[in-house]
Amino acid sequence: MYTKKVMDHFQNPRNMGEIEHASGVGTVGNAKCGDIMRIYLDIEDDIIKDVKFKTFGCGAAVATSSMATELVKGKTVKEAMEVTNKAVMEALDGLPRAKVHCSLLAEEALQAALWDYAKKNGIVIEGLEEPKPFEEHEEEEEEF
Amino acid sequence: MNKKIYLDHAATTPTKIEVVEAMLPYFTEKFGNPSSIYEFSGQNKEAIEESRELVAKAIGANEREIFFTSGGTESDNWAILGIAESYKTKGNHIITTTIEHHAVLHTCEYLEKNGYEVTYLKVDKDGRVNPNDLKEAIKETTILISIMLANNEIGTVQPIEELGTIAKAAGVLFHTDAVQGVGHVPIDVNAMHIDLLSISGHKLYGPKGIGALYVRKGIKLRSFIHGGGQEKKRRGGTENVPAIVGFGKAIELAITSMEAESNRQADLRDYLIEQVLEKIPHCRLNGHRDFRLPNNANFSFEFIEGESLLIMLDMKDICASSGSACTSGSLDPSHVLLGIGLPHEIAHGSLRISLGEQNTKEEMDYLIESLMVIVARLREMSPLYEDYMKKQAKIER
Repeated sequence: MYTKKVMDHFQNPRNMGEIEHASGVGTVGNAKCGDIMRIYLDIEDDIIKDVKFKTFGCGAAVATSSMATELVKGKTVKEAMEVTNKAVMEALDGLPRAKVHCSLLAEEALQAALWDYAKKNGIVIEGLEEPKPFEEHEEEEEEF
Repeated sequence: MNKKIYLDHAATTPTKIEVVEAMLPYFTEKFGNPSSIYEFSGQNKEAIEESRELVAKAIGANEREIFFTSGGTESDNWAILGIAESYKTKGNHIITTTIEHHAVLHTCEYLEKNGYEVTYLKVDKDGRVNPNDLKEAIKETTILISIMLANNEIGTVQPIEELGTIAKAAGVLFHTDAVQGVGHVPIDVNAMHIDLLSISGHKLYGPKGIGALYVRKGIKLRSFIHGGGQEKKRRGGTENVPAIVGFGKAIELAITSMEAESNRQADLRDYLIEQVLEKIPHCRLNGHRDFRLPNNANFSFEFIEGESLLIMLDMKDICASSGSACTSGSLDPSHVLLGIGLPHEIAHGSLRISLGEQNTKEEMDYLIESLMVIVARLREMSPLYEDYMKKQAKIER
């Protein structure tokens, strides 16, 4: 059900771990629907020097967080803002429909970490919105 | 280990070679339609009746009380919808539990949309129904009680005889989904006061697509599939002769080896449970410790998610299943695990191991070893575990 790239990122996650004294940390999702992502950013002179993640969730959740960190590492904050869920999905050669929300979560986690960084440093990142409150995650109900 | 370790027998079992061999002639030389008049087809009618006797014998029923269906789901649907319709002049109330299989739950939900009232009995933390709750739930209008014999996820076995006695005393029909129980635990429909019972072939080393519904003599049950005169006009359609023959053979073999095999699997199960609980921290056993299927173990590992666990087990050639949302196609974890009171995050981290005749102690050791590594690895990746460890460190300081 998963692409080779998803399986690769699940089996060999890139940048898994934590950063002490990170410039920004973002946690999104909730345990109720089974996915929580946390992204740590180490930003120096507007460049993402290092990035780490931790994820509680399914194979797709782990793979999307791994891919998201890989896509932003070494990039400027502005470039990191362009890493959307679509970009993450494409980089993974796609996700099963039921798992698209995982890629959204990766984008949200990244933006939550950037928001935390901006708040700590008193700066404004263009286009960045305050992350959703922690427990607000849409639940889909299938009707048949 | 370099072979696949299959630990998902509650999902399905391999069809036994003897069963396949018994079936084969009925695809080719013995292909005749059992309803035809000539001698050649008459043999097939006899083969069906022999299987019917074997199924009846397995649960202490009379062969005239056994109706072949396409499997457990059809049997559950037929029992519930059929009784609801046949007895609607008597009442419109049905009692079941929150932890039934979806074949029962979704059928009850359908009836609720069509003017019936359903009471869903809660179960205790081990998944057992309190017989007093059943007693209290019965009303004037109650026409059916449907409570599963053994749960497919957590393996808990219900006090069926006690529940059946209550149903009988109240004059209410009693159906049980025994799909996971037949061939694993002794069943006697008379001693247990069961009026209707669902069985599936592929859970006991028979073929898929075949099952049976036991209907106690004298019970009005409308035909479910309208058509020809097969199954005493109650289930039309040319019989699936090869599958019926295979089902009969499989249930015969299962009953013959049940005692020895159940004891052997229960020993393996107990070893597995003991080792996992001892060697893996922040882990719990779901389901009743003693009143459980001999082949079922269900664990919850805190701070990790079930699908990830299953994929990692698969990478080690271990096939198992989980009550995690991600394996069910919805965002909610298993209704059974929520039904025994587990919080969502614990329910997401569940693992079901269901043993079979081929499993060995060496395989249990390999599973335990693999689980220790995988659970530790997933916890290392988990923000929930990180938060927990930081909290613990603070407390210690």
